[in-house]
Amino acid sequence: MLTKDMNDLLQSAHTYGWVMEPYAKRLFALAGMDVPRFKWARSLDEGVSFAHEIGYPVVMKIVSPQVVHKSDVGGVAIGITDSTGLASAFNRMSTIKGFAGVIVEETVKGIELIIGATIDEQFGPVILVGIGGTSTEIYHDVGLAMAPLCESDVDNMIRGIKAVPLLKGFRGSEPANIDALKKLVIRFSELVMDLGDIIESIDLNPVMCSAERCVIADARIMLRK
Amino acid sequence: MNLEKLFKPETMAVIGVSLTNEAHPANVIYNKNRLRYEARTFAVNPRGGHIRGDVLYKKLEEVPEKIDLAVIAVKAEFVLSVVEECINAGVKGAVIVSGGFAETGSNELQDRIAALAREAQFPFIGPNCLGVYAAPRMDTLFIPSERMVRPEKGRVAMISQSGGVVVDQMVKAAAEGVGLSTAVSIGNKALIKETDLLRYFAGDPETDVITFYIEGFGKNEGREFALAAAECTKPVIVLKAGKTAAGNKAVSSHTAAMAGNYQVFSSVMAQKGVVEATDEFELMAFAESLSCYPRNIRGKIGIITGSGGHGALCTDACISHGLVVPALGEETRLALKEALSPVLKNIASYANPVDLTGSSTDEDFLAAAHVLSKDPGIDCIIMLLLPYIPGITVDLGAKLGMMHQQDGKPIIAYVPHVEKYRIIVEGFNFYTIPVAHSVEDAVHMAEAMRRNKLC
Repeated sequence: MLTKDMNDLLQSAHTYGWVMEPYAKRLFALAGMDVPRFKWARSLDEGVSFAHEIGYPVVMKIVSPQVVHKSDVGGVAIGITDSTGLASAFNRMSTIKGFAGVIVEETVKGIELIIGATIDEQFGPVILVGIGGTSTEIYHDVGLAMAPLCESDVDNMIRGIKAVPLLKGFRGSEPANIDALKKLVIRFSELVMDLGDIIESIDLNPVMCSAERCVIADARIMLRK
Repeated sequence: MNLEKLFKPETMAVIGVSLTNEAHPANVIYNKNRLRYEARTFAVNPRGGHIRGDVLYKKLEEVPEKIDLAVIAVKAEFVLSVVEECINAGVKGAVIVSGGFAETGSNELQDRIAALAREAQFPFIGPNCLGVYAAPRMDTLFIPSERMVRPEKGRVAMISQSGGVVVDQMVKAAAEGVGLSTAVSIGNKALIKETDLLRYFAGDPETDVITFYIEGFGKNEGREFALAAAECTKPVIVLKAGKTAAGNKAVSSHTAAMAGNYQVFSSVMAQKGVVEATDEFELMAFAESLSCYPRNIRGKIGIITGSGGHGALCTDACISHGLVVPALGEETRLALKEALSPVLKNIASYANPVDLTGSSTDEDFLAAAHVLSKDPGIDCIIMLLLPYIPGITVDLGAKLGMMHQQDGKPIIAYVPHVEKYRIIVEGFNFYTIPVAHSVEDAVHMAEAMRRNKLC
């Protein structure tokens, strides 16, 4: 079930037709899913003090109701190592249309996955899991299944990904935490069942999967029109 | 809604039989049921009269028996009142053959008929359909009897959105020796849809395997179908048309762009244990295999062949379909060598495929099948029988069939389907061993069992 806090977050986004990253991340955090430590900084000072608190390197991303694809407009800066870097990134992003501050967040590492949901006309809520990142549509290496998912559904989806050796530890790299990934996908599918009436689609992309954790590094919820 | 009388009527009324046009669909249906099938069939037309000595009743209520099934083949504008008459007369269901509804834009008329029937809990198939083939009881397909290819009575139910496809599948079923319990063309599916039929045939004691030809689902219909399939303990096979329609309308979402209509369909079917066929031939192979073996295998295939080339082709086909052809253990290899006739001992190959060579006899095939049946590392045997090998007799199909009854491990046979070898094929079929018409087809049959997973 959606809590009151979750509903409030969704309501606040209704005028734009989609839920911006900071709201979406808060929603997923409330649902018990792993997100990076982040702050929605309206000013450079706020950003600098938060970066100091969590420690460099940090990531900065544009927050704007007019920007759905952040990297297309130079709205993503990774590997910021000091306050000078933070300031120059902030100044650059403040000129992007609809600027409403930036997200400053901890750097999370791992294999880039996508976990998504769409409401299919014939099958209702459907979940997607696969290789993520900005090139996800080029690789198109994903598994699909109807929500809600049981554990064996998620096993089969992961097994169907061609690049699954990357998750199992390829050429000496650490294997990803498959249990954490499975828990995240199952929790996500339950949440999607609750959101089915109001959403059109959700992209959690990328979800960074490492040996320790699977973290939702970026999230976008498109609402039903 | 109780669908039983749609498929198992004891009495039928064909409404719309013409006195002047013998080619009218109602006449074709009336004639074949009156002359060939078990259901007691009556002709109805408001004009009345006689047709070849039988009464043409003016109204349903004049018919001397209580009617189970009405076949409605009147003009679209009269269908609503005929359905009403059927409901009032206590008829148990209808097949509405008539066209001129949603397929020509007359959605409103169709919706009114569906609403009336739903309210009265009166099931009907169609409109705009060929209806139901359920020999030897009845057959509403308006194809003259002498033009039909009739498969044997069997345990496969075929449901199709297209009438043309279902008739063609019947031709193929007859050719492959696949027996049907029922075939249904559902047309515009105004009331009774795929999911209703899936639930009905899941509980039908005469049906073991259910196949579907699906063009498209309405809103959330796919979800209902998938959930019903997950609960069905019988194998369900689907063939989908319209795979290439683009579903990439929402470009703002990666997920929506990658979850096209067909990808979702195919993924959900696999998730819920439904076996999807890629074409009509595969559908028939899957139906034949799963009607003989309604079970799941891991896919470890043991191949027995009379020719090295066939064994190699079969191995390639197995691998490309996700099956494995495991090496045989020492124990099995020794048992094989022990069991084969002296002339083969030093020329046969005891790897997998087991190549018995052109010097083999019936006894060698039987011995090899028996040994592989005992090997726990093999869960299905593909037997590549080449009847031109001089030591093979026409009795081999039946002999292997009897042995299979004893040993229980699934055997799939490949025998070239020509008239000359038909006796071998029938020997297998009698003992419910599926017989493929090509090496690839045999592999499809094994694949069907691997993909037939119960959720």
